[in-house]
Amino acid sequence: MAQGTATAGERTGEDADDSSAAHRGVFGRGMKVLWTAARTEPWIFSVAVAGAMLHAAVTVASASVLGYLTDHTVIPAFERGSTTAAALVAAAALLMAVGLGKAAGIAVRRMLAALMQFRLQARYRRAVARKYLELPLSWHHRHPTGQLLSNANADVEAAWQPLAPLPMAVGSVFMLVIASVAMLVTDPLLAAVAFVVFPLLVVVNVVFQRRVSPMASRAQALRAEVSGVAHESFDGALVVKTLGREDTETERFTESAHRLRDALIQVGRMRSLFDPVMEALPNFGVLAVLLLGMWRLSTGAIEPGDLVQIAFLFTLLSMPIRSFGWILGDLPRSVVGWDRVQSVLRSEGSMGHGTSTLDGTGGLALSARGVVFSYADSYDSDGRDLMSDDADAPRTTVLDGVDLDIDPGRTVALVGPTGSGKSTLTTVLMRLVDPDEGTVSYDGTDVRDLARDQIPRHAALVPQSTFVFEDTVRGNVTLGEDIGDEQVWAALRLARADGFIAELDGGLDAPLGEKGTTLSGGQRQRLALARAVVREPRLLVLDDATSAVDPQIEAQILAGLRERGTSATVIVVAYRRATIELADEVVYLERGRVLARGTHAELLETSAGYNRLVTAYERASAENDAAGAPVPEAPAPVDPTRRAAVRGDDLTEETSR
Amino acid sequence: MSAPARTREQDERGPADPRDPAPGRADSAVSLHRSTGSAVDTLRRGLSLSPEFARGLWLTLAFAVAATVGKVVVPVAVQQIIDNGITGTGGPDLGFVARMVAVCAGLLVVTMACSYLMNVRLYKATESGLATLRRKAFRHVHDLSVLTQNSERKGALVSRVTSDVDQISTFMQWGGILLIVSAGQLLIATTLMAVYSWQLTLVVWVCFLPLLFGVRWLQGLLSKAYLKVRENTGDMLGVIGETVMGAAVIRAHGTEERTARRIDTTVLATRRSQVRAQRLSVAVSPFAEIVSAVGNTAVVLLGVWLGLDGDLTAGRLIAFLFLMTLFIQPMMMATEIFNEAQNAIAGWRRVLGVLDTVPDISDPGEAGTVLPRGPVRVDFDRVTYSYPEGPVVLDDVAVAIEPGTRVAVVGETGSGKTTFVKLLTRLMDPERGTVLLDGTDLREIAFSSLRGRVVMVPQEGFLFDSSLGDNIRFARPESTDAELRAAIADLGLDEWLGSLAHGLDTPVGQRGESLSAGERQLVALIRAYVADPDLLVLDEATSAVDPHTEMRIQRALDRLTRGRTSVAIAHRLSTAEAADRVLVFDDGRIVQSGPHAELVSRPGVYADLYASWVRSSA
Repeated sequence: MAQGTATAGERTGEDADDSSAAHRGVFGRGMKVLWTAARTEPWIFSVAVAGAMLHAAVTVASASVLGYLTDHTVIPAFERGSTTAAALVAAAALLMAVGLGKAAGIAVRRMLAALMQFRLQARYRRAVARKYLELPLSWHHRHPTGQLLSNANADVEAAWQPLAPLPMAVGSVFMLVIASVAMLVTDPLLAAVAFVVFPLLVVVNVVFQRRVSPMASRAQALRAEVSGVAHESFDGALVVKTLGREDTETERFTESAHRLRDALIQVGRMRSLFDPVMEALPNFGVLAVLLLGMWRLSTGAIEPGDLVQIAFLFTLLSMPIRSFGWILGDLPRSVVGWDRVQSVLRSEGSMGHGTSTLDGTGGLALSARGVVFSYADSYDSDGRDLMSDDADAPRTTVLDGVDLDIDPGRTVALVGPTGSGKSTLTTVLMRLVDPDEGTVSYDGTDVRDLARDQIPRHAALVPQSTFVFEDTVRGNVTLGEDIGDEQVWAALRLARADGFIAELDGGLDAPLGEKGTTLSGGQRQRLALARAVVREPRLLVLDDATSAVDPQIEAQILAGLRERGTSATVIVVAYRRATIELADEVVYLERGRVLARGTHAELLETSAGYNRLVTAYERASAENDAAGAPVPEAPAPVDPTRRAAVRGDDLTEETSR
Repeated sequence: MSAPARTREQDERGPADPRDPAPGRADSAVSLHRSTGSAVDTLRRGLSLSPEFARGLWLTLAFAVAATVGKVVVPVAVQQIIDNGITGTGGPDLGFVARMVAVCAGLLVVTMACSYLMNVRLYKATESGLATLRRKAFRHVHDLSVLTQNSERKGALVSRVTSDVDQISTFMQWGGILLIVSAGQLLIATTLMAVYSWQLTLVVWVCFLPLLFGVRWLQGLLSKAYLKVRENTGDMLGVIGETVMGAAVIRAHGTEERTARRIDTTVLATRRSQVRAQRLSVAVSPFAEIVSAVGNTAVVLLGVWLGLDGDLTAGRLIAFLFLMTLFIQPMMMATEIFNEAQNAIAGWRRVLGVLDTVPDISDPGEAGTVLPRGPVRVDFDRVTYSYPEGPVVLDDVAVAIEPGTRVAVVGETGSGKTTFVKLLTRLMDPERGTVLLDGTDLREIAFSSLRGRVVMVPQEGFLFDSSLGDNIRFARPESTDAELRAAIADLGLDEWLGSLAHGLDTPVGQRGESLSAGERQLVALIRAYVADPDLLVLDEATSAVDPHTEMRIQRALDRLTRGRTSVAIAHRLSTAEAADRVLVFDDGRIVQSGPHAELVSRPGVYADLYASWVRSSA
């Protein structure tokens, strides 16, 4: 999250360019965003503004009341040494009425302003998150995790930040208008002072906001930098410590912390000037009013009460005027946040579904015909997302005309070197993405004609990188479906996950995820496998789903799958020779094409590429599995940026292998 | 108006930060010290850590006092002008008013300048102090073994030097300044009021005191409400995170509907708790308005009554009404200031918690022994280790490793081999027994000497987000590019270096993600070679690597270990086979020891491990 906010800050830095044209652009677009908000919640907004106006009117009235009391209650009483009960009661009633009016106005204004802000935040968070559910996986692959999380959180928040002071600002405009009228009516000459001071206050506000917001954005970016250095340094603690480099690391961090310090002091310097100036300006105004008023008083043009009223108005108005500054300060970030939220909401590409259903039992007959799949190169060399939704972006072909028929109940191993398209093929076969060309069909039906619930009901995929929900063990296996505990345990047993689950405090009810138990990589994979087999799919696709599992346990799992009564069709992306040999046949892929197909023994004979690859695997894995030393089940990465990287590999397979 | 007293009461109910995991969780072997002093103690200790906070504070406070005078210039001017200019004995006196206005304008300019100076000095002092605090905490974290033993706490530790300090910074710059200004404002307003009329001053305070108590009470409710908001927001972000990070799983199992419902529920719950908290927070403002209306009424009525007796002038009464506006703002801001103060104290407390944690592995420093160069002899003398409140992981281990020997350590997960290596590199100290290098207790060796002579290559060859060269140079910052190239050539990796488009300048990306896992291992090995240790400790990587890189790693390893004592946790058969000696760990003990050829032919743990490997790769 911190990261998300930081990105928001950095980009604001670019947007809050000094050029006034850009600034006007931000102002105009910001107003449009605020207008959208007002149109979305017209009633709440109207009532909030009404409250603000009530508050404004009563505030101006309170100065008049003070002036009136000065002339009609205070000065007469002090001059004559006597007063009337009626005058006192009137004074008390007026003062209390003013107080109650202000209280009511401020309560309505603040409560409804916040209500509007929270409602819009909730509305757009929900919309963005639901959009994430709707958008196809290929879209997700193009966007880094951190960015998407920040779109739903920091950006939505930033977009609606100016809503909190908005009714107050509208009320302040109203207040300025009626205060001006009140002053003009009282004395045009004294009002002239106000016409100098108030615009000046607005100008100071605007100038300040425009100068300080790039500085604040810079500080925000530096905050992210400090955090980045700390993250990296602590992540690499083992290297830092074992090489005794703590001092140089501290130096590196200190440099970054000092840059942040200097930036914050720079912001502080501006604020240090702004606050006293904003406070002194109305005070100078009051002094001018007193001087000028004295002269007007001596000529008999005004009463003492008029003087008090106008002087008091000056002290009351300086605060509301600041609300313009608050909104101006929030606008650039709001516009950026809104644009990013909109780019998510405008994204297209939800997957269409047909109406056909599958009614077969036992293994599923799978067929792929001329499948071509390519993806846009969405990252440039610096890892920046080019958001290349446009058609001209360079594309990399991952699958280049794949034909594949798999008979029901067969276990097929997909083998191929890095980048050959194995993982991509599994996502196409599962219809997580649609191919550019060609078709995939289940039992002879094109998967695009199947109803929405059909594929999950008949097929299950266990992906390379597993995901554990913030839920109980049971919830993670059943995913909310009504499945009995016995079946859950059976699935866990098949996935060889029953042992460690039984040891958890609470068993099936044990919470997992951040607030519960953290599972190791191998445990997560076994849980994901249980999640897939509990649904008794007719097609089970394992995309290197047991890579972090001990080879012996993997062998047990695969044997268990074959021994099951229902003979599902199984596709397994495999690296270990032992895994490959469990398959009925092997499909050898290279550069997105099926180069050979047959049993392991046949392919060793006929395919030179296969032979080379498998013997290499054999050597590597032999060494890897030295003397049976089990592969330690390293905790799966929890850092979102890492997850993004891992996820990106689903399609590109660039690292890890 | 004492913020610390307020927050103390709050803190007794425990910390309110959901980010901070509960202490003593079964899986966290090492926990941080928890600072539990009172809020005042926390502040005092926190401030004393960075001398910058207190430097020149008296001058800053003097400016603050001068600045607050500016707040009452206008009320005094109004009073003077009404009493002496308008209703004075000689009728309206323009000359007096002009003089008065001139003096007041001058005062305003001076106080404005004082206010500016006070602010600037406060910003400078607090930011410099906080930068120092960040540095101290950062360094201290590196000295703690928590980092190397409990990776789950890393995120929490990062927030100690980032967001926790930011929280203090926010308070200092906004709430802290406002607190000083408000306190001064109230003080000077009260003083001036008392000069004008003690009776009216009493009335004003009687009106505002209940508000102050009300605010304190509300603030208690408010911090609970905010806690709820944070919890609900956390849940909501968790579910939204699922839609992104679990995108594939959700689609593969068709659970979109269920997830959508979870989104709706948590988004709505968050909104509800936000509105509830807002209701409490908003309540202060109308409350303050009503209180000030009552105050105004009481002042006018009582003032007029006092005026009838000649105890009060009209100007003073009007000035009172101006002065009362100075009371409202601090009251309205009070809940927010208290809230920020509380967050800041909690932040201080967490940072102090880090600084108060005594490093369990301490550097003997200057007094420590400096080891001579040359292959190291290692002795484990009846070493036992168990994690706090955990089972024994290393049980009375005794072993001697001759200088220049290549040792491979094998065993099941949890057999104690990782602990063995951590004790050997002094990432931890044994519970009982001694680890000796060349006959010297590890605990007596100066870190500068130890870290120079003993180098560990961890399983994950962590790379920093900079160039390849910088990452290798990390071991020895003074090395030149030529030296790095020579080192790479020594390990037989010049051909690999040549295959990289930018050579040593190749950027490796975050955590080295731009390189393959195998290449990251290569960099870690080169880095170790450049460090030129006498004892090399390796925790072999387990991730599968393409055959070509695997060969390179083998070659580099072979050359790296030549002429040194080396201890490797072996996951590759070739490492065990090539070792002079294999130590087989089982259940915290060394059960077998000897060369591969000898062990494999005898029945025992090693032969079993070997057999099962043969089975799985046959």
